[in-house]
Amino acid sequence: MTKTEELAKGVLAGNRRSVARAITTIENNDPEAQELIARIYAHTGKAHIIGLTGAGGAGKSTLIEKIVKEYRRRGRTVGVVAVDPTSPFTGGAFLGDRIRMQELCTDEGVFIRSMATRNYAGGIARATKDAVKVLDAAGKDVVIVETVGAGQSEVEIIKVAQTIVVVHAPGLGDEIQAIKAGVMEIADIFVVNKADRENANKAVIDIQSNLQMNNKEIPWKPPVLKTIALTGEGILELVDKIEEHRCFLEGDLECRRVSLRTKAEAELIDAIRERVTGSLIEKLKKEGKFDALVHEIMEKKTDPTSAAEKLLKKAVHDAEA
Amino acid sequence: MRKDRKIRVLIAKPGLDSHDRGAKVVARALRDAGMEVIYTGLRQTPQQIVETALQEDVDVIGLSILSGAHKTLFPRIMRLLREQDLTDVMVFAGGIIPEEDVVKMKKLGIKEIFGPGTTTETIIRYVLDNLPRRS
Repeated sequence: MTKTEELAKGVLAGNRRSVARAITTIENNDPEAQELIARIYAHTGKAHIIGLTGAGGAGKSTLIEKIVKEYRRRGRTVGVVAVDPTSPFTGGAFLGDRIRMQELCTDEGVFIRSMATRNYAGGIARATKDAVKVLDAAGKDVVIVETVGAGQSEVEIIKVAQTIVVVHAPGLGDEIQAIKAGVMEIADIFVVNKADRENANKAVIDIQSNLQMNNKEIPWKPPVLKTIALTGEGILELVDKIEEHRCFLEGDLECRRVSLRTKAEAELIDAIRERVTGSLIEKLKKEGKFDALVHEIMEKKTDPTSAAEKLLKKAVHDAEA
Repeated sequence: MRKDRKIRVLIAKPGLDSHDRGAKVVARALRDAGMEVIYTGLRQTPQQIVETALQEDVDVIGLSILSGAHKTLFPRIMRLLREQDLTDVMVFAGGIIPEEDVVKMKKLGIKEIFGPGTTTETIIRYVLDNLPRRS
């Protein structure tokens, strides 16, 4: 058995060491990563994947800890992927989400992994998606992905999820502005955490009125819930709502089929894009013109788009020859 | 080290220390040196530390302890690491660990002890120079 085969076997058996090593393989974009995913892919699709996002300071990690505990109480196993930003200057990252979740550490039914965005060329989404697949294939009933809700890549990651929970806390800034466009539109459940603070009710009303402004008829109306993660207040109701959403997704077979198809199509396009871009750029770099064009751009003799056109025209011409 | 690869470090505080200023200074320095640092907060048990190291698949563990309980806690941690087959992880320690205990700690498998006054540059350099080779 090859090492990758062995690793895949370990993942499917739920072995924690294998799961950890598998996620590292994916993070590092090792050559084995592709084969690994290929070997476990047929075993994915069983977990309920929950995306949890929101501004820093909203209490996401504390909330997740309580949510995980509640799922454990209901007899479900849980995987958590906590994503934090990589510094674009140093390439390093401080991954501190576990601090709030360490009580769960020694529960065999819980697996927590901290991931840094690493400024991947293809975006963080691919690595997170594959890490989720590993946890899914390893038999976790629920996988929670936690990110900071700011910027394009966070919206990307969150598309990995089936149920998207957006967490807000009063006092983090102007209520409506605080929930960015994009994140606002993809949420399935809104949570106003730290609900014991002043303006919690105002926050709830603000979010609800913002939702009503989208007049389209939608099959699922995102509820706005209040929680106090520190005390656990509102957690039961939140998990109930998440479960309700899961049933909604599964129950509506047509909706589910369409959503699965859209997801599969998007994944294929992403994979094609990544492969094509990668190998095409490698090829163009090898041919002499690339460096010359870089110099021309630096000397403002040409612009990047025209240079790209030139290179691509030549590549297509050569391919057809 | 390949471009996409990062050094993953766990900074852990076993025992009942009441502050983590030093540990955080080291954590930030390692981050600024381009590493991914997982910090798990105060009052960690040996089991929590080893389980975290396993789940996060770290290359290095830095143990920070001020309470004097290193002679009780470090042997437990090293034993659990062996039991979990994590002997390829580099372990170093810092905080308040008396000179006379350093040899004993190194015998347990802790590669280096960085006492008060050690510069962060020294620690960074040490990690980079002694990183365990993983296949």
